[in-house]
Amino acid sequence: MKSLLHLLPYLKKYKTHITWGCVAAVFTTGISALAPWILKLAVDDLRETVTAGKLAMYGGLFVGTALVGGVFRYYMRMLLIGMSRKVEQDLRDRVFSHLQAQPVMYYTRHRTGDLMARMTNDLDSVRNVLGPGFMYPIDTGLTAIFSLVLMLMLSVKLTLLTLLITPLVSWSVFKLGKVTHRLTTDIQEQYSRLSEQAQENLSGARVVRAFSQEQQEIEKFDELNQEYVSRNLSMTRVQALFFPLMGFLFEVGAALILLVGGFGIIRGEMTLGDFVAFVGYLGMLAWPMIAIGWVANLLQRGAASMKRIQEMLDTEPEIQSAALPKSPSARTGRVEFRGVRFMYSPTSPSLGVLDFTIEAGQTVAFVGATGSGKTTLINLIPRLLDPTEGQVLIDGVPTTEWDLAELRRCVAMVPQDAFMFSETVYNNLVFGNPAASRDQAMASARVSRIDKDVETFSAGYETMVGERGVTLSGGQKGRLALARALVRDPLILILDDALSAVDTHTEEEILSGLRSFMKHRTSILISHRVSTVREADRIFVLREGAIVEEGTHSELLENNGIYADMERRQRLEAELEMTE
Amino acid sequence: MSKNSNSAGEDRDVVGKAYDSMLVRRLWGYVGDQKAKLFLAVFLLLLGSAAELAGPWLSKVAIDKYIASGDTTGLIRIVIVFVVVAALAGALRWSQVYLTGEAGQIIMYRMRRDVFDKLQRLSVPYFDRNPVGRLMTRITSDVQALYELFGSGMVAIFGDVFMLLGITVVMFAINWKLALLTLTVIPVLLLVTFAFRKVVRDLYRRTRSQISALNGYLQENLTGMRIVQLFGREEHNFARFQEQNIALKNTYLKTIFFYALFFPGVELISALAVGIIIWGGGTMMIAGVVTVGTLVAFLQYVERFYRPVRDLAEKYNILQAAMAASERVFQVLDERVEVADSGSPSAAPAGVYPFIEFRGVWFAYKDEEWILQDLSFVVQEGESIAVVGATGAGKTTIISLLQRFYDVQRGEILIRGRNITDYPLTELRAMLGIVLQDVFIFAGTVADNIRYGRPDASETEVEDSSRVVCADRFIERLPEKYQEPMMERGATLSTGQRQLLAFARALLRKPDLLILDEATASIDTETEQLIQQAIRRVLEGRTSIIIAHRLSTIQRCDRILVMHHGRLREQGTHEELLTLGGIYHRLYRLQFGQVAEAAAS
Ligand SMILES: Nc1ncnc2c1ncn2[C@@H]1O[C@H](COP(=O)(O)OP(=O)(O)OP(=O)(O)O)[C@@H](O)[C@H]1O
Ligand SMILES: Nc1ncnc2c1ncn2[C@@H]1O[C@H](COP(=O)(O)OP(=O)(O)OP(=O)(O)O)[C@@H](O)[C@H]1O
Ligand SMILES: [Mg+2]
Repeated sequence: MKSLLHLLPYLKKYKTHITWGCVAAVFTTGISALAPWILKLAVDDLRETVTAGKLAMYGGLFVGTALVGGVFRYYMRMLLIGMSRKVEQDLRDRVFSHLQAQPVMYYTRHRTGDLMARMTNDLDSVRNVLGPGFMYPIDTGLTAIFSLVLMLMLSVKLTLLTLLITPLVSWSVFKLGKVTHRLTTDIQEQYSRLSEQAQENLSGARVVRAFSQEQQEIEKFDELNQEYVSRNLSMTRVQALFFPLMGFLFEVGAALILLVGGFGIIRGEMTLGDFVAFVGYLGMLAWPMIAIGWVANLLQRGAASMKRIQEMLDTEPEIQSAALPKSPSARTGRVEFRGVRFMYSPTSPSLGVLDFTIEAGQTVAFVGATGSGKTTLINLIPRLLDPTEGQVLIDGVPTTEWDLAELRRCVAMVPQDAFMFSETVYNNLVFGNPAASRDQAMASARVSRIDKDVETFSAGYETMVGERGVTLSGGQKGRLALARALVRDPLILILDDALSAVDTHTEEEILSGLRSFMKHRTSILISHRVSTVREADRIFVLREGAIVEEGTHSELLENNGIYADMERRQRLEAELEMTE
Repeated sequence: MSKNSNSAGEDRDVVGKAYDSMLVRRLWGYVGDQKAKLFLAVFLLLLGSAAELAGPWLSKVAIDKYIASGDTTGLIRIVIVFVVVAALAGALRWSQVYLTGEAGQIIMYRMRRDVFDKLQRLSVPYFDRNPVGRLMTRITSDVQALYELFGSGMVAIFGDVFMLLGITVVMFAINWKLALLTLTVIPVLLLVTFAFRKVVRDLYRRTRSQISALNGYLQENLTGMRIVQLFGREEHNFARFQEQNIALKNTYLKTIFFYALFFPGVELISALAVGIIIWGGGTMMIAGVVTVGTLVAFLQYVERFYRPVRDLAEKYNILQAAMAASERVFQVLDERVEVADSGSPSAAPAGVYPFIEFRGVWFAYKDEEWILQDLSFVVQEGESIAVVGATGAGKTTIISLLQRFYDVQRGEILIRGRNITDYPLTELRAMLGIVLQDVFIFAGTVADNIRYGRPDASETEVEDSSRVVCADRFIERLPEKYQEPMMERGATLSTGQRQLLAFARALLRKPDLLILDEATASIDTETEQLIQQAIRRVLEGRTSIIIAHRLSTIQRCDRILVMHHGRLREQGTHEELLTLGGIYHRLYRLQFGQVAEAAAS
């Protein structure tokens, strides 16, 4: 239940809404309590003398009360339920922006389906607490107080007797509440699993089909689906208990009154009329009693869900902008790795120790076997990852002391998997620099040789790209990703195996175009092809996370190490072909 | 009749009412064998209400009969009866709520299952068009919205309707004139409800599609967060998210507004009815037409009569939400499967046919934007074929067509002399082992992923195929080796490692035809060469199609197809193509000229 307290800051903003909403709720309840009373007066009058004028008055009074009550009811709903939707929106925004601050590693640990479930289903049950969470307690509380006062006036003894069941009620609310809380958590967790499975299945739709695994996928989903239902059923079993149990407890109280009151009358301690009236008022308590169970249930569910949402919000982003960011005196694009070591986890192999400097304006290349740590290394530069030990400095300032947005503005990266958004080609192109001029965008498209392809699309740059870029060919995606990076006009350009999906001819064209683009920029290339990296000012060879060779193309060939071996293999392939 | 419901599906926005009744009928169909449960629940509900009503009556008896006469044993006895009846009422209510809840859960389960099943049958073009986030909303929140209807709404509605009917009958039995007078406000009620329904239904529709769009955007941002951050788009995307979020909130607020008008409206109408009785009935009483008793009874009944009406108004909320949601769920269920198994697969023709034959194939993803034009070629059994061509030439498209991810517009594709549309999809795809350009790794262990296409494969088989593609090297170094858990999309592997896994996965299937689409693009040369040697051994005599930009990768293929702008421009062996002096020759010179140059320098 404590987790619901986390909602307080969100409610603060709507203090006036809530206050007036509660006032409206008080009036609504008060006025609806008037209606039976008017009815009673009318009936009493009917039994005696009645005139047409009186009749019209009662009728009018009744309708008038309903009208006034309706106005208050209108405001109550608008203010309180409206507030719940507003808080929902605030909370959703808050979670979204918090997730935006989470580093890449967070997303390898948490599955999209799970995060989605928390932002949809859990948010729903939290919102459900808010509107009714205010309305019902007021409604039931007032009714309860109203009837209790009247009952007290009639008989203190019987009223106290009625209150005897209160501990029983609180005890069962508490017990059932605890169970509800646990069951809700179970259910929401299972919902997350269901959602993860569906999400993965749909994202991998092509693979599922290519391997004809539809049936297996259906079975996997079915298992989760069944478990979800069975957990829900356990909940239904408990939930179904709330109403009737409260109703029953209340009736036990009523029976007690009947017994004790009955004896009281028989012994002459109480009049029959008082007793009848007392029983009547007791009836008014029935609804609040039942509502307690209902509200408790709602609150418990909301609390369990809020806990899951708060879990997300409580995870501080591991990578954050420096509190007092430093700016380098001059932006040149000099990159320095100083005693850098990196490990994904204590058990995983480590990268480093790395000590090297890339001078401003230089072009350097990293080569190395699959899994040797190239991608990991370059991810340290724009702080997608932070080093476990040591520092990465850009223009003399450690990356951790930069303003994060500023740092990333200096760096443009073409990642290995070219993720595209389902927007137009043009919007993807200017993704990292929406302010770019059309000319600038076109120039980038030209350098990366995507322009010719786009021309063949019927809608040109306005063609919609499918999710993740599925409607583009592999090479088109890679080149669009390159163009997207170039549009940013960065100080440091990083290409992570960006041209692997491009044919050699196009690659050669792109590289020659890039050379002039990269002239005054620091650029970092990763590739498996000698042809891509041989022109670099310096080439680093990585093996199992460490730099084992370093130098220019010709130096490395002389060195006769890994790089030379790689070059030989690629040359042999060619010669083999030529002589065949 | 059936024709009617067919056309209703097309223009569901226009024929609101007709479609509504169809939706309801369809939803009712979903109830299936849970009907008995629901009927039982309605019965229990009525019984429970009766038991609950017995309480006041019992206390009346206690007062009138025992307390008044001072009969203490009688009083004790009746109090016990009172408690027993209360317990009974509780038990009845409990079983009713449980029954409906259970029925609701089971119906939801089925619906979720059916949507998921359907999504498994839908073909690739559908997924090209529909973002995952939106589809997710169908399986999760749309289905969830229906729970309220089955889980509590429906039975309560029955109960309310019963109550209404019962009270109406009683009122008419007591005094039909007064009864008619009471019901004069009904037309007003209907009118209000009707107008309300129209507005709210549109709002609900808008809500559902806004939720789905919001979730779609959310999911895309979550999966692409790395790019969002790298490109400093957080603020921009946040603004877009917020915009949609606010739009959704505003729709909700509008709905709340109409409800805030509607509920008091219904109350007012019911108050009007009471007012009419007080005034009209009273006048009749003065005229001596009705007795006081009748009038009092009527006033009580009217109160009771409008309570279910108010409840029904509440339930309306649930009903509308359920309608809007079910519309969307059924839309998925009704979706035409673009690439479906043919009803009657033809038998394999006699005679000797090439393994694969493309015959005058024309294909466009969209309208007439031809990606492949008049493509014809043959792949013989046991042959290894390479497909080369500039990026975007249509190489991957050929592979997609072969797997029947899409169907061709003109021409035909034959495998062993039989049109691929005549093969059951699973049979067709079982023949193919494909390493796609885009690797997809599932959450699960390394072994699960390799076994993906053949869940029954033994451990040794898994390890063998990993060894062939040199994936064993990195797998052996993982803390839990083959049991190492993988994250979503293989996030903890390097790109090359992911490719190796996908490679092992394809090989494990022992396919008749192995297709490699840029399968080694992100793999270092040494590993690549090792893989090639190993594969050559494994593939001995098997048919294969290899797509690669690095010509070295395809050097040993029997035949090379050169694609250019969707057409097959050249084909032949490496030497033939070189002597031809065409596109291939040029590609070759560009690639190897360089290396030769490098060697010289
Ligand atoms: N998020 C992660 N958690 C744990 N280990 C990881 C993670 N990402 C990568 N690794 C591991 O770190 C090592 C280096 O990976 P990296 O992606 O840097 O390789 P790479 O040199 O870029 O390879 P490739 O040429 O295949 O792209 C690999 O063994 C990989 O399995
Ligand atoms: N699902 C799709 N929907 C619409 N258009 C598509 C789709 N997939 C591919 N295309 C378009 O079809 C053309 C051919 O794409 P394809 O993937 O077959 O090329 P490719 O030869 O494999 O190229 P690459 O070497 O770059 O992988 C491209 O112009 C691409 O934009
Ligand atoms: Mg990499």
